[in-house]
Amino acid sequence: MIYFDNVSKHYADGRVSGLEEITFQVAPKEFVSIVGHSGAGKTTLLKMIIAEDSPSSGTVFYESLDIHRIPRSKLPQYRRKIGTIFQDFKLLPHKTAYENVAFAMEANGRTDAEIAENVPQALALVDLEDKAFNFPHELSGGEKQRVAIARAIVNQPDIIIADEPTGNLDPIATYEVVQILRKINDLGTTVIMTTHNKGVVDEIERRVITMDEGRIIRDDADGKYVL
Amino acid sequence: MLTGFRRIVRAGFVGFWRNAYVSLASVFVLTIALFVIGSTMFLDQLLTTSLNTIQSKVDINVYFVPDASADEIDRIRDVVSALPEVAQVTYTSREAALEEYRTRNQGNEIALQALEELNENPLGATIAIQAKETSQYESVARYLDEQKALEEVGAPVIDVINYARNKDSIDTLTNIINAVERTSFFVMIVLLLAATLITFNTIRLAIYTSREEIAIMRLVGASNMFIRGPFMLQGVMYGLIAGLLTLALFYPILIWIGPETADFFEINLFDYYLSNFQTIFGVIVGIGVTLGLVSSTWAVTRYLRT
Repeated sequence: MIYFDNVSKHYADGRVSGLEEITFQVAPKEFVSIVGHSGAGKTTLLKMIIAEDSPSSGTVFYESLDIHRIPRSKLPQYRRKIGTIFQDFKLLPHKTAYENVAFAMEANGRTDAEIAENVPQALALVDLEDKAFNFPHELSGGEKQRVAIARAIVNQPDIIIADEPTGNLDPIATYEVVQILRKINDLGTTVIMTTHNKGVVDEIERRVITMDEGRIIRDDADGKYVL
Repeated sequence: MLTGFRRIVRAGFVGFWRNAYVSLASVFVLTIALFVIGSTMFLDQLLTTSLNTIQSKVDINVYFVPDASADEIDRIRDVVSALPEVAQVTYTSREAALEEYRTRNQGNEIALQALEELNENPLGATIAIQAKETSQYESVARYLDEQKALEEVGAPVIDVINYARNKDSIDTLTNIINAVERTSFFVMIVLLLAATLITFNTIRLAIYTSREEIAIMRLVGASNMFIRGPFMLQGVMYGLIAGLLTLALFYPILIWIGPETADFFEINLFDYYLSNFQTIFGVIVGIGVTLGLVSSTWAVTRYLRT
């Protein structure tokens, strides 16, 4: 459902790592881990998928849609098909956990009835019903990330994009987050995740793409973390 | 559609309260800006009123000789009243002129003694003529001069026409007021510009603190209007609150300053404030809301690009 066709990205100032002739595809319901050193281009690759960044050459497709030809006014609709999770959580600081999750639905134009039904379900899935009305600064790192996951899944997206979701978490919280991501994948949602964490990759036992200096150097169907 | 609007409104109110400090700062700056704008409005009103007052004081006084016959005086009065340029003619008889002289010089012993010495009333009757427009005095004065020239040599009726004497001082005063008005206009423009810029910047800073939030909203697929709406509403709220605050602030200040302006400029600003409250309300609150709305819309739009 995601196709990279010979995608390269070069930054003029060289500050951010680019991409070199990336070609691969992701099938529905896959769980893909992208590993590599810092600066290998993992985050740049994810940004291509959510149209946060555009390639210097090559094309990225979502189904048959050229992502970087979507007009700006239509971008919000496209982004609603994708749930995003980040290392730094990116929660709205002035909204409670419940409101953070509800906001993604409001932005989607869902009805109040749907919101009242789905938000508690999503929070239950990440085991946070009892923290629903806490603000982000009142939550631990693992809890914040679970709120972010609830927000990412509440609109039932086709794909979850997770950029270093366990990067800021302790081992127990990491384990919980990985379990939740596996559960989401088992329920039928495609997951694309970048990580540094060898333990996480080895535990998932799914496809692993290894990147180095903007290129894909390995692509193993039931990979282990090899670098 | 309606749900979206309701959500935007709710988000606007919630954002206003949860960012209380930022809201407070924006309202404060906007209030100062509106206060400056309001003050220049009142100052302008003072100047316009005093200019009008001075202009209404312009008149032509025709002094008749003391022994001019009543018939002659009546005739000239009627002729002048009939002129199309003339708005009003006020007649002061000899006796009334004497009475006025006495009251004016009440404390002045020498002047009163001099009057006693004379035994008879030395003052003539006068008529004061007001034209409809300041520019018409010239032609009225010329007409009176012609009348004076036509009089029989042995029996003069008109003694003095004092238009030329007043004219210079009135012109000077009018020029001064015009100059002050023009200067205050420029000062007003500069102040307005400064106030607008400061407001723009404060609200931009307030929204700068929300740039992360705006980025997150875009990531979860919020449309531009959905992101911009609450900020626009907050801008309107800043303007509305600042406008009401400014109006409330003027109330005690004008009570305090009103009598002074009544003495000096012959207009009580407090009365002016009360009787023109609707207009003043509209202008101050209108400018406040516009400023708040425009600056917040402009500021959010910067973070919505890309």
